[in-house]
Amino acid sequence: MNKNIDLFLTFLKIGAFTFGGGYAMIPMIQQEICIQHQWLNEKDLLEIVAVAESTPGPVAINAATFVGYRTSGFSGACAATFGVVLPSFLIISLISMVLKEFQDFRAVQYAFMGIRAGVLALILKALYSMFQASEKNIFSYAMMAVSLILTAFLKIDAVCVIIGCAVFGLLRSWIYRKEHNYDSD
Amino acid sequence: MILIELFLTFLKIGAFTFGGGYAMLPLIQSEVERHQWLTQEELVNFIAVSESTPGPLAVNMATFVGIRTGGILGALCATFGVILPSFVIILIVAKYFEKFRKSNAVSGIMNGLKPAVIGMIASSFLSVGSTVFFSDGFKTDIFSEIQFWISFSIFILSAILAFKKVHPIAIIVLSAVIGIIAGYGFNFA
Repeated sequence: MNKNIDLFLTFLKIGAFTFGGGYAMIPMIQQEICIQHQWLNEKDLLEIVAVAESTPGPVAINAATFVGYRTSGFSGACAATFGVVLPSFLIISLISMVLKEFQDFRAVQYAFMGIRAGVLALILKALYSMFQASEKNIFSYAMMAVSLILTAFLKIDAVCVIIGCAVFGLLRSWIYRKEHNYDSD
Repeated sequence: MILIELFLTFLKIGAFTFGGGYAMLPLIQSEVERHQWLTQEELVNFIAVSESTPGPLAVNMATFVGIRTGGILGALCATFGVILPSFVIILIVAKYFEKFRKSNAVSGIMNGLKPAVIGMIASSFLSVGSTVFFSDGFKTDIFSEIQFWISFSIFILSAILAFKKVHPIAIIVLSAVIGIIAGYGFNFA
């Protein structure tokens, strides 16, 4: 029981002090979970991050749920996930109410006019970093181009594109293994 | 029924987001547009707020859209919706971890998805860009022209700073300050 409260408080802290989510959280999880509490070792954490990236859902939530589960089972998963979400929820609810009061002020509208241009630059930077980290081959570039064209120009629903690309990736690896006679799973 | 709609929509967003940060952007954009919950400008404003407050971007966005469209209950439904798929799937994966890790199917799917997510974020970049630069459509009166060049300058400056690894919050604050100065300076309506 104590461990669950500890998990809750630790992830409350992680949720309250990391900006940008997912990847920004990992150093702090490492510090808190591996070094301070020693609930998991570094190797466990690496595996957890790999899984968090390759399962649906925001990386931050995946990582919190997984760390909680590994540390203290189902109740641990609940405690960690609740902890990581709670600060966001409270802070955003508060800001949303404040913003509603002030959104018609000219200064606020001017500020957001500037901020929107700044956010566009942040998206570009994130895009560039993801591109740098991606695999550099024809297949990868083709998937990027196809999904861009489908969503931006043909206005295909994002969920359909994701399902399509997942199926395509699955078929491709299956055909590849067939051709090279690998063991299939 | 707005609450059920919020829950189901964010359940879908949670289930089909792969990766952290901006990976959910294409999904949230298309859903918000479909339901007409926010204008594109409001959505970009929300992204800025979510980026400059603590916590996962996905949860921040869900809470924000939820509270705007359905009050505090709406925020609860949207947030619960966006985390539920993660939670359930991770519990299942944790049980069958070895199988999951060695699965060729999982790595095949991820090889298809990772570049697709990049292409879709590029698409979001284009549509956010058109919101930022041509918010009133392609009008050509003098104010929207000045506004275009101000936004463009802020974008270029922010991009340079972002690539020099300046912290996102510093970039957002600076953009806000320039926006306020330029807005009063040119006395926009």
